[in-house]
Amino acid sequence: MSDLTIKDVDVAGAIPRRGRVMEFVRRHPTVVLGGGLLGVLIFVSLAAPLLTQYDPLRLNVIERLQPPSERHLFGTDAYGRDIFSRTLYGGRVSIVVGLGVATLSILIGCVIGLVSGFFRRLDAVIMRFMDGLMAIPGVLLAIAMMALLRPSLFVVVIALTVTEVPRVVRLVRALTLTIREQPYVEAAISGGTRAPRLLVFHILPNMVPPLIVQATYICALAVLGEATLSFLGVGVPPEIPSWGNIIAESRLLVQRAIWTIAFPGLFLGLMVLAINMLGDGLRDLFDPRLSRKS
Amino acid sequence: MWAYLVRRILATIPVLLVVAVVVFLLVNLAPGDPAALLVGDDARTEDIERVRQRLGLDQPLPVRFVHWVGDLAQGNLGNSVLNSRPVLDLILQRLEPTASLAILSIIIAIVIAIPLGILAAWNAGKAIDRGVMVFAVLSFSFPVFLVGYLLMYVFSLYWRILPVQGYTPLAQGLGPWLANLILPSVALGLVFSALLARMTRSTMIEVLNEDYIRTARAKGLATRPILFRHALKNAAVPIVTTIGVAFAALIGGVVVTESVFAIPGVGRLTIEAVLQRDYPVVQGVVLFAAFACVMVNLVIDLSYTFFDPRIRY
Amino acid sequence: MKADVHAPASAVALSCGEPVIRVEDLKTYFFTRDGVVRAVDGVSYHVMAGETLGVVGESGCGKSMTALSILGLVPKPAGRIVGGRVLLDGRDLVHASEAEMQALRGNEISMIFQEPMTSLNPVLTIGQQIAEALMLHQKLPKRAAMARAREMLELVRIPDSARRVHEYPHQFSGGMRQRAMIAMALACNPRVLLADEPTTALDVTIQAQILELMLELQEKTGTAIIFITHDLGVIAETARRVVVMYAGRKVEEASVAALFETPLHPYTVGLLRSVPSLEPDSDDGRRRRLTEIPGMVPSLLDIPPGCRFAPRCPFATEECVAAEPPLTEHRPGQWAACWHTDRVEATFDA
Repeated sequence: MSDLTIKDVDVAGAIPRRGRVMEFVRRHPTVVLGGGLLGVLIFVSLAAPLLTQYDPLRLNVIERLQPPSERHLFGTDAYGRDIFSRTLYGGRVSIVVGLGVATLSILIGCVIGLVSGFFRRLDAVIMRFMDGLMAIPGVLLAIAMMALLRPSLFVVVIALTVTEVPRVVRLVRALTLTIREQPYVEAAISGGTRAPRLLVFHILPNMVPPLIVQATYICALAVLGEATLSFLGVGVPPEIPSWGNIIAESRLLVQRAIWTIAFPGLFLGLMVLAINMLGDGLRDLFDPRLSRKS
Repeated sequence: MWAYLVRRILATIPVLLVVAVVVFLLVNLAPGDPAALLVGDDARTEDIERVRQRLGLDQPLPVRFVHWVGDLAQGNLGNSVLNSRPVLDLILQRLEPTASLAILSIIIAIVIAIPLGILAAWNAGKAIDRGVMVFAVLSFSFPVFLVGYLLMYVFSLYWRILPVQGYTPLAQGLGPWLANLILPSVALGLVFSALLARMTRSTMIEVLNEDYIRTARAKGLATRPILFRHALKNAAVPIVTTIGVAFAALIGGVVVTESVFAIPGVGRLTIEAVLQRDYPVVQGVVLFAAFACVMVNLVIDLSYTFFDPRIRY
Repeated sequence: MKADVHAPASAVALSCGEPVIRVEDLKTYFFTRDGVVRAVDGVSYHVMAGETLGVVGESGCGKSMTALSILGLVPKPAGRIVGGRVLLDGRDLVHASEAEMQALRGNEISMIFQEPMTSLNPVLTIGQQIAEALMLHQKLPKRAAMARAREMLELVRIPDSARRVHEYPHQFSGGMRQRAMIAMALACNPRVLLADEPTTALDVTIQAQILELMLELQEKTGTAIIFITHDLGVIAETARRVVVMYAGRKVEEASVAALFETPLHPYTVGLLRSVPSLEPDSDDGRRRRLTEIPGMVPSLLDIPPGCRFAPRCPFATEECVAAEPPLTEHRPGQWAACWHTDRVEATFDA
């Protein structure tokens, strides 16, 4: 076998600014794609009033069940409401639920997890409780909570948060246990740092990357969860258009008016896909070892 | 060996207890009158009073809890508000469709996910791997009901080769039973398989990077024995654990799928109960489902000893 | 057919002729995002039957990768053999198909690794793992293979072999696991055994036992051993000839005696000096200080022109940086790649 001619890759010198951005895109396509798609979806949802003149709640029975056309981009539903408008406005619910549940569950989970990982005596009790909580299927727990409280957007967020907290607690606790063995934590303790300061300023900052990744996954699960609950009729009240609601109302129209289900469904899937891709991309960004195993 | 068994079984008791506590707190701390919840909104005041006394609601919380747990241990999950039938009976009656759906979905998920995960792991970094991962992320992102409707549209409404909705008990024949269950289990199995495929892939990749795989290669073993005799058995524990953990999520999916395909199972029972404010049924289903999850995880826990001889205390 | 275990005569006959295995100008490169890593950059050596060749060098010098290249186990897709030959009986293994290589591995050429803890599959019994090779290469039925596995355990002096053969790796101690690995590697009577730091992870006393075992088995079976290590002390005990590697290349080759008494390459001198010695220095009667070789191994991505050792070499001159010294036979049977072997000879004091 003759020797191959080797072209050494030369990465000498400073890379120009634009080159660095392109390099980032090349190396982390999932983050860019996921983030970009998510950005677009968020934008169209928030800019809904600018993009459509139809009121998502306005009934117009004369124009019911119209397939997609120039007037109604996504068609109309059984009550004549414009699906395009309802889909765009429905995105807002998903955004609120996704962000809300992610933020709340991370906050609450951090507090409990840090305490659990740091104070041995409380740890056993807390973890048992979390185990028990995790044994109850999430959807059922959420359904039960929705049954007890009066359904509203806020209650949906609370119910979904409760189902996600145990997983965050587990993660934070595990991270706390590892991080507290680190030399710099020992140094801080011997320097006299007390527990609360220690937890917040020394231990917590080192967990940020995995927490961010986990937050994106929770966001995706929350969006799906809300859609599921609304679809089952126990989520967001029907006055507020949410993708799950919209699909639920069009259950019987699968054959006659597939567009009433297809478009909101597509947006729902795309948003969750975007969040998942972002999460995967961020995970690879923070710990490239995990992705390049060969 | 038996000591291990007994110990694992005993370990489930605290978890079940916590479940009971959570459900108990849910009912008793929520706004509203627990007695009214358990009897029904439109019952008469005297009835509510009677129930309140029978339930001992004037007694402190811990005492009530103990009585309630006692009831649970005897299989008494309370009675439905609507028809006064024992909740447990209602659940058991609807169990066959739900269990059929769940089991079939798990089988389909395993059949799809594990080979795909192994394939992806063996070809890590190449096109096949990326393809499998894309498939997994897509399956994971679209909610079960959407996949269900899509399948229903294509197979039942457009091509008309499968029934649209409903359920045929197994007793009436394997064919009809399968015909009704195929679409819902594929829908649920597909979503479930995404998670399982990812887990299989990442576990297999880790295992394939271990030193003993290098030793196996150095002995001259071919791909198949390396994958199946050496690698898979080591990957079994995390993979099987994932199945157990995902079982809880599966139950959620079952509820949704039953709704889409109008299968008269426990999931449908629950939704109807919520919409009709039949709280004892909701509570009973939650307890039953949690119990099932814990049992499934126990079985999986016990199965570890088959896969890993080091786990045998 | 393969040489019978109990016929050392044939091994002696072979040793007077051709080497069992010959590596010629082997080049294994890794193609990474950051550039090309020249892990093995033109290495040649050979071993005769019944002989032990020592391969010495620091971590990252390519000694392990050369062995993996011989077996065709270079981590893909990044790594690839890009040049050279590996000749076993005149057959070039570099061009052999994967199926052909699989027939050779564990059969004609075996390899044992550094970490006995993790190199054995935890979920299979020791017996199963030894028998596997026998069933694969010698087509023995299961029962016969397990019986032979038991014999192999006895050969490597693991007591109570009948019971041990059905036990799992976690039930063995570190030394025993390495013995089991040796048993597994020798089960099919290979012609060549590649031993990659087999004793590094073991306690010193166990080390000695394992080395003794390996030499004993070699006498019985006539297997050629390529012994890879960074520990010169071990080399002194086991090898007959030594190859010293640095940054992917061979820098010196000699008999063990010659290497220790009259090293020719500055790197070899550096290695020798970094081995603690209990004997007093002949100059002033006091014990010699441990000296370390200053600097670090160069990154194999960015190899400087000229001699690779020049940046760390106390004898380096401009000539060394300008041109890479070829491997020359400065003394009979001893090769070194250095421009200044005369100065090295003059300064070195064994």
